[in-house]
Amino acid sequence: MTLRLPETLLDEIRRHGASAYPAECCGVLAGRVDPEGGKDVLRLAPAINRRTDDPHRYLIAPDDLRQLDSELRSEGLEIVGYYHSHPDHPARPSAFDTEHAWPWYSYLIVRIDRGAAADAASWVLDDERPLMHPESLEVLSEV
Amino acid sequence: MPVTVTIPTPLRGFTGGRDAVELEGATVGEVIDELLSAHGGLKRHLVQDDGRLRNFVNLYLNDTDIRQLESTSTPVREGDILTIVPSIAGGSPAVETELPKLSHAEVLRYSRHLLLPEVGVEGQRKLKAARVLTIGAGGLGSPLSLYLAAAGVGTIGIVDFDVVDLTNLQRQIVHGTSTLGRSKLESAKARLTDLNPNLNVETYETRLSSENALEILGEYDIVVDGTDNFPTRYLVNDACVLLDKPNVYGSIFRFEGQASVFYAKEGPCYRCLYSEPPPPGLVPSCAEGGVLGVLPGIIGSIQALETIKWIIGAGDSLVGRLVLFDALKLRFRELKLRKDPSCPLCGEHPTIRELIDYEAFCGIGAAPAYQGPEVIVEELRQERTDKGEELVLIDVREPHEWEIAHINGARLIPLGQLPDRLSELDGHSEIVTYCHKGSRSMKALEILRGAGFGKVRSLAGGIDAWAERVEEGMARY
Repeated sequence: MTLRLPETLLDEIRRHGASAYPAECCGVLAGRVDPEGGKDVLRLAPAINRRTDDPHRYLIAPDDLRQLDSELRSEGLEIVGYYHSHPDHPARPSAFDTEHAWPWYSYLIVRIDRGAAADAASWVLDDERPLMHPESLEVLSEV
Repeated sequence: MPVTVTIPTPLRGFTGGRDAVELEGATVGEVIDELLSAHGGLKRHLVQDDGRLRNFVNLYLNDTDIRQLESTSTPVREGDILTIVPSIAGGSPAVETELPKLSHAEVLRYSRHLLLPEVGVEGQRKLKAARVLTIGAGGLGSPLSLYLAAAGVGTIGIVDFDVVDLTNLQRQIVHGTSTLGRSKLESAKARLTDLNPNLNVETYETRLSSENALEILGEYDIVVDGTDNFPTRYLVNDACVLLDKPNVYGSIFRFEGQASVFYAKEGPCYRCLYSEPPPPGLVPSCAEGGVLGVLPGIIGSIQALETIKWIIGAGDSLVGRLVLFDALKLRFRELKLRKDPSCPLCGEHPTIRELIDYEAFCGIGAAPAYQGPEVIVEELRQERTDKGEELVLIDVREPHEWEIAHINGARLIPLGQLPDRLSELDGHSEIVTYCHKGSRSMKALEILRGAGFGKVRSLAGGIDAWAERVEEGMARY
């Protein structure tokens, strides 16, 4: 499946990751799903990282998620995935990411190298676990 | 009592697209059991192996988290709504996470480790947290995975796609007679979890390839290479360098073995040592050249040892050193390895930045091997009856193979001697060459044809096919 993301939103994620460095940032990708299953991200919803004990971990708590979900639904949007940053690590899922991943959602990871945003990639959990597969990420430039 | 369970979007692929299901049950736990038995695909996403809910799965009964109620024993009433709510967690790799604790049974099991200050409780907990991937469940993979499992490595991944064959058991000690014909993964998993039930075995029944290597290797801390072929060895090396992972290398041939640890961040990689693979066919595999059964036990144990040392951070690793072992002389030698500044993968100006086509790199399939005329075993049997002595049958295997079994009436001329013994053959006679399975025989054909012999053919499938389909009772190897 394809995740389509406007360039402005990718820049926003990169800025969020760079400003959180050396800690991780996290947030919600909100948008719509087309009949073929492709996802269009229409806006971001930065989430509160509830893990304050370890800068290399993030957690979006269920209460926060329920509230975000109902807000987004009232706008006619749904949660299609999440983004987080990997400070000084490749934009591929860690074992911890895979262990905690949910199926179907897109997991966009942006690498932050010494405070500067680098490459980004999006991943989806295999239906059988224990792997995440890269999915195609289309960055849409402004028209 | 019918209760409505609302299914979040990510799980609807497992409930036929439905966003809610009506289920019966007296407690939250019973309703969830019903849900999992009706939609089995949900199981691995919602519960752990021990049947408990995964820690990132939250259940809300109406509007309250069941953890604030009586957890899964919370009674439910008709009309209640049970909602599955995700927690979303993750984080970057290589971070010191809190190490898992040891149970009393584990403390007892690993007591001989715990007595070593170099291991101790902390080292044992590191082993428990470790994720090690072994490529291959064969000669090297057997001792290696057994020792890692026994040592308490928490997660062992294994990549293999073969089935257990009788010829494996002379050295592949993780398998047994009772698992003949079963997949090596299934066989190894059963033996390893019998040895250590705390172990988590993750299996990949696939041929490792440029398409899947980064994904599979990416899930592990350390990769141990127990492969028997060059394309996979280069693939494992390259993927480890691209992923910044240590590659614990071992290889065996007849009576000799090698071991090292390739870790490009601190030392050389396999390409620094061997920039080019040998020409295809030059180095015989174990199936062609034979191997002493204990040898992989020694080299595989060295690989297990290096892996364990790496995890607990003890001693000096084999990074930058190549150990050579000669079983007949019983001698270990050590070579210093240097990082090659011009290495195309880990040197100063790398040109390889992604995985390539390793079959082509190793020359496999690039230049097709010589293809001469063949005869199948059933035809040969008929022709021998019809033509008798006129048909000359030449066995091009080695004398020790001839001793195991040969076709009556054949002449033994080992392939290596053939060019010098052409004068023994009559250029006008009809010749059929054979070997074990057909490849050396084809090389013999090439030599004979090149020397002007016109009426030569090779026995397709070699003596192995002959023993299978014509001469029942003949020994196979």
